[in-house]
Amino acid sequence: MTIKPIRLRSRVVAFVFLALVGLAVPFAAGAQSASVPDTKTWDGLKGDVFGQKPIGDAGGIISIDAPKRAEDAAIVPIDLHFKTDAATGRIKAVTLIVDENPSPVAAVFQFGKDAGVTHLATRLRVNAYSYVRAIAETEDGKLHMTQTFVKASGGCSAPAMKNQDEALASLGKMKLRVFTSKTPGNEPMTRATEMQLMIRHPNNSGLQMDQLTRYYIPAHFIQGLTVSQGDRLIMSMEGGISISEDPNFRFEFDAKPGEDVKVEAADTEGKKFQDEWPVESSSL
Amino acid sequence: MSEPTRRSVLKTSVFLACCGISHVRLARARAGPVEALPVKEITGGIFAFAGRPEMMTAKNEGEICNVSFIVGDEAVAVIDSGGSVAEGRELVAAIRARTGKPIRYLINTHMHPDHIFGNAAFGETGAIVVGHHNLPRALTARGDYYLQSYREAMGSELMADIRIIPPTKLITGEEQLDLGKRKLTLKAWKPAHTDNDLTIFDEQTGTLFTGDLCFIEHLPTMDGSLLGWIAQLEELKGIKAKFAVPGHGPVPSAWPEALEQEQRYFDALARDIRKAIADGVPMAEAVKTAAESERDNWRLFDEYNVRNATAAFAELEWE
Repeated sequence: MTIKPIRLRSRVVAFVFLALVGLAVPFAAGAQSASVPDTKTWDGLKGDVFGQKPIGDAGGIISIDAPKRAEDAAIVPIDLHFKTDAATGRIKAVTLIVDENPSPVAAVFQFGKDAGVTHLATRLRVNAYSYVRAIAETEDGKLHMTQTFVKASGGCSAPAMKNQDEALASLGKMKLRVFTSKTPGNEPMTRATEMQLMIRHPNNSGLQMDQLTRYYIPAHFIQGLTVSQGDRLIMSMEGGISISEDPNFRFEFDAKPGEDVKVEAADTEGKKFQDEWPVESSSL
Repeated sequence: MSEPTRRSVLKTSVFLACCGISHVRLARARAGPVEALPVKEITGGIFAFAGRPEMMTAKNEGEICNVSFIVGDEAVAVIDSGGSVAEGRELVAAIRARTGKPIRYLINTHMHPDHIFGNAAFGETGAIVVGHHNLPRALTARGDYYLQSYREAMGSELMADIRIIPPTKLITGEEQLDLGKRKLTLKAWKPAHTDNDLTIFDEQTGTLFTGDLCFIEHLPTMDGSLLGWIAQLEELKGIKAKFAVPGHGPVPSAWPEALEQEQRYFDALARDIRKAIADGVPMAEAVKTAAESERDNWRLFDEYNVRNATAAFAELEWE
């Protein structure tokens, strides 16, 4: 193993890392042939991620959309919608899990207090027939879960990089798109705005064994990401290897016209990437 | 070949498990000598088998891509080993039915299972496995996954013999192989269908083996770079070949007309995806309708088009 030590920032990331170390077994044991949804993996997994904390139904607080079949195993679009006006209070954090992946915790997102994030879309690697689940933690400390079942891709699609040289050549390059808002906001100070953040990164899983040397390729992925506007945190992410190559996040939040959007990211090799974009009032 | 009944298989499995002999091995022994793959001689010394435009299954033994061999004065070169060791063995039998010359090279045109799963059948022939310089890396990243994920479609019996065998002779740029008064020019391409595409040109007959840089009838699959593929079509067309053996499609095919179908598909796909990106349509929505105008022109459209659109979207977003 040549995986470089990473600083563990929470037990969830520690879990991601441990899953990475003990990777050979879970990969081989993946429930590839199980075409009938089975929650056995989750039953064994939830204690590792959430301890003894009870996990309730989503009850409309969070919903998830994913294609029924992972057409491209390396790029499976996932859509999350949040209902922030629930009696339980706003959503503080969301954990995204792909049960049957070698490292199931794909990401943990934390949302800023007044960020007003209502929608988040990203792309995942899905290795096998698997539940993809999202667990929201509301301000009252309760957990709410929703899930969807994704069938593995057919044909020669694999959850691996398509153009490895390109991914490395433009490492860390970022792009931010602001979409014209669909519904004109009433408040003068903030408006729901949709943005898309793209980061060039191989987000390499480190789960592949070199057939000749029998060593695992070192993992290399974005492990931390922060999006803020002005001094406000919009969201942060602790990432794992199930996030697709070139991590991509499309999200809706309450934007303040005229304040810059700033993104900081760090990967497992200690490389830091950052960028800033002005957000014109006219674009909101 | 007589099919053993389910009951007899179960019985022998139990019995053989006690003896420590795998039932797969017995099944093969019972089947007798390996049948030769029905190859045809398309021109002097070049033999090819046209795969079926289907997904790989236990029933078709993974025989979905075109495989070929070229006989020189001294030796034989094989182009792709097929989608199972069973197919690979049938290919070896087809070669042996035509010539006793040694099989010097097994050339893999790229990483996909339908082209490399038969490699293990060539272990005893002493053939040197040849591939693009990126092929070992690509197989490292995908090999274990391929072995896992094809088990369901191909069945454990066919999968049992399959090994991921990377090339030991790597091609960068252009290089020639000599089969004895017969020179083959191998060319390693930039990312297109995959990031490890290799073509083979036989100077003597003007035959171009395109690997999966050329798909006919079978919808092309996107596992490298759509932009790279489109950009290199011009260079590919410029090769002065008399005819082509595509990775999928009729053997042989007219050249360079063989590229027209896929070029039209790529143009439609890129146009639709670019428009969706410009309009701010999310990926999950855009891929549902992209290249829909091409549906009736291809086999396996439903199996691969959404996936191609997904890969194209992720790539074109960075333009």
